[in-house]
Amino acid sequence: MSDVLSAPMVVEFPFTRSLGPVQSAFLTGLRARTVLGVRTTAGTVLVPPVEYDPETAAELRDLVEVAATGTVTTWAWNPAPRRGQPLDTPFAWVLVRLDGADTALLHALDAPGPDAVRTGLRVRVRWAAERTGAITDIACFEAYEGEPYGGEPTYRQAVPHSGEFTGDAVTGVVAPARLDYTYTPGRAQTAYLAALAERRAVGERCPRCRKVYVPPRGACPTCGVATTEQVEVGPRGTVTTFCVVNIKAKNLDIEVPYVYAHIALDGADLALHGRIGGIPYDQVRMGLRVEPVWTEDGRHPDHYRPTGEPDADYDTYKELL
Amino acid sequence: MTGEFTGAPRDVAIVACAQSDHRRRTDELSEVEMLMPVLHEVLERTGLTTADIGFTCSGSSDYLAGRAFSFTLALDGVGAWPPISESHVEMDGAWALYEAWIKLLTGEADTALVYAYGKSSPGSVRDVLTRQLDPYYAAPLWPDSVALAALQAQALLDAGHADEPALAAVAARSRDAAADNAHAQLRGARPQGEYVVRPLRTGDCPPVGDGAVAVVLSAGDRARALCARPAWIRGMDHRVEAHSLGVRDLTDSPSTRLAAERAGAFVRPVDTAELHAPFTSQEVVLRRALRLDDGVLVNPSGGALAANPVMAAGLIRVAEAAGRVHRGASDRALAHATSGPCLQQNLVAVLEGESRV
Ligand SMILES: [Zn+2]
Repeated sequence: MSDVLSAPMVVEFPFTRSLGPVQSAFLTGLRARTVLGVRTTAGTVLVPPVEYDPETAAELRDLVEVAATGTVTTWAWNPAPRRGQPLDTPFAWVLVRLDGADTALLHALDAPGPDAVRTGLRVRVRWAAERTGAITDIACFEAYEGEPYGGEPTYRQAVPHSGEFTGDAVTGVVAPARLDYTYTPGRAQTAYLAALAERRAVGERCPRCRKVYVPPRGACPTCGVATTEQVEVGPRGTVTTFCVVNIKAKNLDIEVPYVYAHIALDGADLALHGRIGGIPYDQVRMGLRVEPVWTEDGRHPDHYRPTGEPDADYDTYKELL
Repeated sequence: MTGEFTGAPRDVAIVACAQSDHRRRTDELSEVEMLMPVLHEVLERTGLTTADIGFTCSGSSDYLAGRAFSFTLALDGVGAWPPISESHVEMDGAWALYEAWIKLLTGEADTALVYAYGKSSPGSVRDVLTRQLDPYYAAPLWPDSVALAALQAQALLDAGHADEPALAAVAARSRDAAADNAHAQLRGARPQGEYVVRPLRTGDCPPVGDGAVAVVLSAGDRARALCARPAWIRGMDHRVEAHSLGVRDLTDSPSTRLAAERAGAFVRPVDTAELHAPFTSQEVVLRRALRLDDGVLVNPSGGALAANPVMAAGLIRVAEAAGRVHRGASDRALAHATSGPCLQQNLVAVLEGESRV
């Protein structure tokens, strides 16, 4: 099908997460330009630190301070930075073992090109100008030729640290997540949405149980087969059940209270949902006959209003509740 | 024979498999529209109907679809009325297979349908996969899946376990093998291309695409009735390593080796291995971890380098291995699936065909 609908869809959410004591100390430390690790019972220093030993699962609390200099243990040259990454010019991803640590930290290395990077390169932290208590307080790493490279590190050893710094401790992080999608609804829903734009409602009939689904999703959930035969339904229908909404939705310009209802369009075997208007909220009832109301340029009905017909008999819609 | 678990293990086999043609995009299909033909095909192969299935389990990810509970819509393709016994893992379908296998071993069901699907085309899978990283230290940096694999690849090069020509050879062999795989997305020779994230080039990376897979499991004589040569699951195990890349030796995969040992892979040699290695460098790591020598046919399907629908690619490895047993092309095959950054989690299954009399 060449005329498949598609639309941009952005999923964005600020994940708010609380920190344990070790993570809190580490991120508070970054704010103060200090890198903390945690010592395991075996004596290994983990940077970045975790609350539990990845090998033994023992609780870890023994904070130590390590240097802001270290050695690249592996790297990868990123010629095309992506949104959200630490640098917007080409850079190297690196794992860095800071002096005094036994494990490596993932971050970015600012370098003129891949020829300037190698495993074993000596690097140091470049601190962010504004620090908030997040891993991004390390803006990136940069090459550090201040001491000779090679041999076993004789660099700084980890030293015990209280984990306390001036100012309030960082106790949480907000991790904004944004992902961009292009949503395509597929064959059945495309046909439904295209018909709605022409102010028609179409369902699809199951070839096995003969039920007509509106809106069609392409499959009969009872039979597990494709629904392919298109069926015109409505425009009128019957309220099968409803509720009264008393809380105003954000970004929705509808006065409360209003009625949200299940509506079985004539010819459909499944009720769809819609708002009921044109009648006081406390007079809406099961069996009420309704019809869609379109706004000037709407691609779908704005709401449904009473047709004035007598109410439908319960027996005609009891299977559709 | 549904009943209480007696402690006596039952023999469980994969009796049928089906998969979609994997494609870069499937805009004209919703998830259920993409999945349904695969479900129908796998049931037709056994002559079973939905009513014959004792347990249904699926694998997929909401982050690929960008919608919460997206798997519930896919359930429409199964025929979930009257109510069925059903479960879902937000992981590769290989882990759904593991859950179904346990269900059959314990006698809770006699026949199971396992399926997995992934539509990577609506979003950017490189960005989507960053959201599975730890939210404190890694995810805020948005290191994409190719970048993390490239760090692993460089570690491999530094250790002398591979060089760039060796990685290119893995890519070439995989896509040559896929020439015979009608479902594969990338088939036949293709250039290695430029660096995506050095040292990984385009050819070292998997294609991004959409696809689905389904398998049917059955126990004991029922399996023999449903399939001429069932692929008996002799063992299956999965293991996980530390999440943080900086505490792991990226050149090794001890979790794969342990899972293989627990699945019985080292009891006797296998003749075939379907390895879920989305990047060429990861095949090198897995071959070493599993101690596979040149006598073992690796990824005759082309592997994940030829088609990598996320959340389905691991179960596809199991299906490809089982398919070879069904066809008599393999007597004892190893199937591997992975999840997480740089082979963090690994599952190994050992499949065997009965010797014909
Ligand atoms: Zn039906």
